[in-house]
Amino acid sequence: MRRRMLPRLPVLFGALIVLLWVLCAVLAPWLAPFDPLHSLQPLVPPLSDAGAGRMFWLGTDMLGRDILSRLIFGARAVIVWAGFATATAYVIGIAGGLVAGFYRGHADRLLSFLANVVLSFPVLVLYILIITKVGASGFNIVLAVTFASAPAIFRIVRALALDLRERDFVLAAISQGETPLRIMVLDMLPNAAGPLIVDACLRLGYTTITIGVLGFLGLGLPPPTPDWGGMVNEGRPLAFAFPHLILFPCIAISSLMLGLSLLADGLRDGEQRPLKSTGTNLP
Amino acid sequence: MTEPVLRIDGLTVGLPGGSDRALAVNDLSLEVFPGEILCIVGESGSGKSVLLSAIMRALPRGLGHLKGGITVDGVDLATLSERQLRRMRGNSMAMIFQEPMASLNPAIPVGRQIAEVMEIHAPTMPVAERRQRVIDLITDTNLPDPPAIARRFPHQLSGGQCQRIVIAMALAMNPKLLLADEPTTALDVTTQAQILKLVRRLCGIHGHGILFVTHDFGVVADIADRVAVMQEGRLVEIGPVDDILHRAIHPYTRRLVAAVPRFAAVARAPIDTAPSLRITGLSKFYGAVRALDGVTLEVAAGSTLAIVGESGSGKSTLAKAIIRLIEPSQGSITIGGHDFATITGSALARQRRLIQIVFQDPFGSLNPHRSVGALLVRAGVLGGLDHDAAVQQAHDLVARVGLKPEALARKPLAFSGGQRQRIGIARALAMRPSILIADESVSALDVSVQKQVLDLLAEIQRETRLTMLFITHDMRVAAQIADRILVMRRGRVVEYGVTLTVLARPSHPYTAELLAATPGQVWEQTRQPALEAGMLMGG
Repeated sequence: MRRRMLPRLPVLFGALIVLLWVLCAVLAPWLAPFDPLHSLQPLVPPLSDAGAGRMFWLGTDMLGRDILSRLIFGARAVIVWAGFATATAYVIGIAGGLVAGFYRGHADRLLSFLANVVLSFPVLVLYILIITKVGASGFNIVLAVTFASAPAIFRIVRALALDLRERDFVLAAISQGETPLRIMVLDMLPNAAGPLIVDACLRLGYTTITIGVLGFLGLGLPPPTPDWGGMVNEGRPLAFAFPHLILFPCIAISSLMLGLSLLADGLRDGEQRPLKSTGTNLP
Repeated sequence: MTEPVLRIDGLTVGLPGGSDRALAVNDLSLEVFPGEILCIVGESGSGKSVLLSAIMRALPRGLGHLKGGITVDGVDLATLSERQLRRMRGNSMAMIFQEPMASLNPAIPVGRQIAEVMEIHAPTMPVAERRQRVIDLITDTNLPDPPAIARRFPHQLSGGQCQRIVIAMALAMNPKLLLADEPTTALDVTTQAQILKLVRRLCGIHGHGILFVTHDFGVVADIADRVAVMQEGRLVEIGPVDDILHRAIHPYTRRLVAAVPRFAAVARAPIDTAPSLRITGLSKFYGAVRALDGVTLEVAAGSTLAIVGESGSGKSTLAKAIIRLIEPSQGSITIGGHDFATITGSALARQRRLIQIVFQDPFGSLNPHRSVGALLVRAGVLGGLDHDAAVQQAHDLVARVGLKPEALARKPLAFSGGQRQRIGIARALAMRPSILIADESVSALDVSVQKQVLDLLAEIQRETRLTMLFITHDMRVAAQIADRILVMRRGRVVEYGVTLTVLARPSHPYTAELLAATPGQVWEQTRQPALEAGMLMGG
């Protein structure tokens, strides 16, 4: 029993971090001590008194905006857009992967070729290309992330689907004249879900980083929207004198990424009983 | 009185909490003497594999050796350090595994692998002597041209040849005790017969004590000196092979022995209805490989055709080609007078209802994420019923295959292998087919469960005049259920005829070879009618 509990601790820790940020995003207007866009005193160090019994817990940036409040509101942007972008990438990757795995042959060759073409571009260059071409906005982040992630998801789903396609229960459904759509959605997808959920968790983490990187490069959400990556970028010139400008946004990005990774690890351990036939060894 | 090579005294092994019983092995005592083969028989979950692991002191994690002593060749294993134990393994006791391919290293020539055993256990042996011993060992296992075989890699050998190498490895240090875990289960029946003969011969020459685990009573009859029967971790009966097979005392043993299908054709009235399925010149080519080569057959409506063959004979390919899970390269399939081989699209989807299949692996053939009810209702709807009628039919079918109505709400994980196979049958029947293909549908089941499922299929056939294609590697099963037998080899039909005739006067030498290789024939001749209670089919 003890041995079973121990590896669960990091998972709980991960879940806790993720939950904390989700709560921040949902309850931002009530949790944030200040308006994230309102200029107060510029470049105040952390734990300073803001007057009227309030504190600048994490200090303020060069425009005098409260960093804690910006982080809390920034969680909204990250979680909403990372979630949305990852979900979109998944819908496209799953649809393509199931079709390629079920029909095989020409459909598979065509889709795999397209995926490989996209995958052969360096991801960051791809992001910059897309966003400089169509401009920085939340929607374009989704577009960029989807474009870059969907082919990788496609490949995972395709591999799982190719294996499931040969399982007896899928063959049974085919031999009953079941429609391909229902076979893909009811028979194949649920049995591929385990590994996909683990991957989704990790990918959500990568997307968090990506959104941070895009923000840092000035390609993220347009200012003055509180954006973790953007905050790091804005604080960069003054980072030596005022490290708190970039320290706290960096911690925010890393912690969310860490939380999602730990959660993914835990889900993978839970996946330990994969769908597998118990080896019969008869001819 | 000679000393036993293995003495187990009150062995008790605990299962982790939450298992369906507390003990994997419960207060088990037995002895194996030099030169004797003791067969351990029992159904899956009876604890026979755990017993072997306990003797090797290699219990899987979570299982605890609670009490009881194991003495091998006079040495109490409990007193040994891990280091001393390693010296014992391979030296005084050796193991032969079920999967020969998996127990050899694919990257090293087999001769080297045999030599390695001696390098570990007899490092002082001169290289030349070691090399000679490898050749002697391979010669001992009746393999042709031993020096050439020694240089081969496992993938260059057949399954039977690999198992001979595994046996040679086990014998390398001339151990007193051999542990064999279903060593012939993964092999074809003709290969199995040769390996059994070899084990028997080697045991006679070298005088090893052999503990031989198997689920096959035919094998037991051919090889055992004594038999130990296990049920749920307990030793229920142990005795000389003749006593167990003919005069078993324990009711469980009697039940097991009675469930073994008789190896004799049941006289049946000839069925001369119009053919329900007709196949002409059916072939499937993969490049130059002819997986199916011009198969022609006819099955009369309401009759059963058994398709028999060893692995790689093309029998499963035939099944899949007939139901169009793989596209035949040429040939025609006619179901109830209508073409089935060339139709496509929605016409094919509609006609698929007529021919349904029950697969071999009860754990792989049901989607673990859908409830039994959802499965059966959908099959009914696809078979042309409206939703309400399909629900009603699902209820009827669950009852028909002997499951409780609550089964409808459950998912496949909640069922045992035999129950799942019943669900697979119900799913096939839900389409109201005219032909049912059973692809090795009972070969993954324990013998008593196998009998129940065979009985169920026979009853359903009597009630509904279903035409059945029964694909099997087991001549006993074929003999019991089939009106006609078709024997396949390398994609071709080598024999096709009425069961009684095929069994009594096979026309092709390969059929004769298959029949001769079926284990337990000597026992068959003396098998008592008293044990036949509840024969498979009424006649």
